[in-house]
Amino acid sequence: MIESKNNLKAWLYLAPALILLGLFTFYPLFNAFFLAFVKDFNSITRSTHGMDGYAFVLFDNFSRVFKSPDFGQAVKNTAVIMLVSVPASIITALVISVALNSIKRFQGFLQTVFFLPYVTNSIAIGMTFAFIFHSDYGLVNMFLGWFGVNPITWVGPGASWEAGMTALLIYTVWGGLAFKILVFLSGLQSIDKQYYDAAKIDATPRGRVFSKITVPLLSPMIAYITITSFIGAAKAYSTIIGMFGASLGPEGNANAFITFVGLIYDALEKGTIGAYSVAASAAIVLFLFTFMFTLINMWVSKKRVHY
Amino acid sequence: MEIKLQSLTKVFVAKDKKETVAVNNMDITIPSGKLIGLLGPSGCGKSTTLYMIAGLLEPTAGKIYFGDEDVTNTPPELRGIGLVFQNYALYPHMTVAQNIMFPLENIKVPKAEALERAQEMADLVGIGELMNRKPKELSGGQQQRVAIARALVKKPRVLLLDEPLSNLDARLRLQTREEIKRIQRETGITTIFVTHDQEEAMSISDEIVLMEAGIKQQVGVPQDVYDQPDNLFVAKFLGTPPINTFAGKLEAGKIMLAGHNIGKVESKTNQEVLIGIRPEGFNVVEKSKLSLPIYMVETIGRDTALIIKDPNDEAKTFRAIVDSSHRIKPGDTVNFAIKPDKLYVFNKDTGELVK
Ligand SMILES: Nc1ncnc2c1ncn2[C@@H]1O[C@H](COP(=O)(O)OP(=O)(O)OP(=O)(O)O)[C@@H](O)[C@H]1O
Ligand SMILES: [Mg+2]
Repeated sequence: MIESKNNLKAWLYLAPALILLGLFTFYPLFNAFFLAFVKDFNSITRSTHGMDGYAFVLFDNFSRVFKSPDFGQAVKNTAVIMLVSVPASIITALVISVALNSIKRFQGFLQTVFFLPYVTNSIAIGMTFAFIFHSDYGLVNMFLGWFGVNPITWVGPGASWEAGMTALLIYTVWGGLAFKILVFLSGLQSIDKQYYDAAKIDATPRGRVFSKITVPLLSPMIAYITITSFIGAAKAYSTIIGMFGASLGPEGNANAFITFVGLIYDALEKGTIGAYSVAASAAIVLFLFTFMFTLINMWVSKKRVHY
Repeated sequence: MEIKLQSLTKVFVAKDKKETVAVNNMDITIPSGKLIGLLGPSGCGKSTTLYMIAGLLEPTAGKIYFGDEDVTNTPPELRGIGLVFQNYALYPHMTVAQNIMFPLENIKVPKAEALERAQEMADLVGIGELMNRKPKELSGGQQQRVAIARALVKKPRVLLLDEPLSNLDARLRLQTREEIKRIQRETGITTIFVTHDQEEAMSISDEIVLMEAGIKQQVGVPQDVYDQPDNLFVAKFLGTPPINTFAGKLEAGKIMLAGHNIGKVESKTNQEVLIGIRPEGFNVVEKSKLSLPIYMVETIGRDTALIIKDPNDEAKTFRAIVDSSHRIKPGDTVNFAIKPDKLYVFNKDTGELVK
């Protein structure tokens, strides 16, 4: 048993972390749940508008979220980002990791190259990508031009949703690669080499080595990356700012790429009466949605993951 | 399938260009259908030799033949070998059945046939009831049998085992080595069994290959090698308790230990030598010139171990094993005669047996 006089010391050591967590995580968390049920919240008086205290509603703030003009667009964009970028980036990262793990020369150098995006600011990368996809002097159009493709407006004024989304997805996939490769590589390096020797002796074709040995043995890492990536994609926002700016869309088509988190910030920015409650409700909806998604993920991985 | 190693050499070159000669100019012929024990102390190059035969390591020099076929440059999957790794390397995410079937699925054997052959093999090694378990739900001995079944299921020409018993406890080890012997007899497959345990190698092998520091020391039937060691290393490595060695002399064909004549040799040259006497080579007799004081006595059932002061050096002791019918107490002085077939003379410098 731990002696009780040591408890005080323990709490003392924990205090800085607990205070910061309380201030910036737990308080806002509970506050959001609280605000979501306050009627006509006035952010200046910090009470229900025209009252001294609070009046409560059950679904009003939530229904304002669902009725917001951008709600449909936000759901669509978020869903597309989640369902396309996550599988695409996981598969790409897996292939690159396996390739990196099997080469001997330049391995360290290439690992650094692939890891760089992780330590680079995502807004800066977004701006670089906006330039790469520039319709007049972007690299992508130049490259496509070699094959006789007419310049496409990817992100500039008048860009179509499809073109913009393609650019955004490529950027999102690329931006997420670094961390995934890092995790997969360390996973690959911890797999006992004897499994591969055994496979070699048993004349296992390459594809089968990958699908029957590497992937199952890496499955805990894949499950971890899948869950965190889905959560990350559900929260996509800064990537869109980086690419399209604060208007969340190409010029003349603002909010074309709004996401669920975009919806929250939009409401916060308006600052009108009740806007904070709408933002809080939207955040709760997003939370419930990611929570459900994670449960499904965990349920699937329980059947497929070998620990 | 007869296996022939011809001047097989493996040199590892480290990053700092340091060279390790793991296997040095090995010449061995392994007869078809036999179980061969590859024996030697840790780090002597046993695994390296085995992996070169398997094709997982490329020899620096020399050749490997399976029968008349030169397989030196054949990739492992085309050599027709089964390999059991030291820690089995069973795929942890597959069931026993899936593990055993894996090599068959690789060569596209139809599922039903693969399952049937896997079951047959599992029955042979005595794990037929465990087909749906995962490796971590098996005991060490059971895992080892799965590994053997997986190695045998594709009917390899050669079975290679790398210290397969080293992870097992003493009892399981005894039991499993009998099992390996039985499986090898039933299948008649040429088998190489790596171990650093001399007793294991002696009991299981048709022939043993003894190596040290990458160099082959002696090849032969275990009892022959034990009885006729070519050199001091071989004599010391085989037998528990190990052989006793004493500094001695050859004088006109007589073997002299501390001034006593204990035997004779053909060679008439006078020289200083190392005398080796197996612990069981001492006879207790009524009268002899070699009478030694007993320091300690350990009776272990049938035998009595006598711990005796070294006649050359009072500070050292050695061990003799005699019949426990002799009632000997510590402090007694006992007369010994040395059994000629348990007495060896080695060159003092090279360790070679002096004829
Ligand atoms: N990949 C390698 N690189 C460099 N040196 C190596 C390598 N593999 C083995 N060696 C060296 O070669 C020698 C023989 O190693 P090997 O693994 O064949 O020994 P072993 O007889 O199997 O020993 P053990 O009984 O401990 O398994 C050792 O000195 C070892 O350090
Ligand atoms: Mg070894």
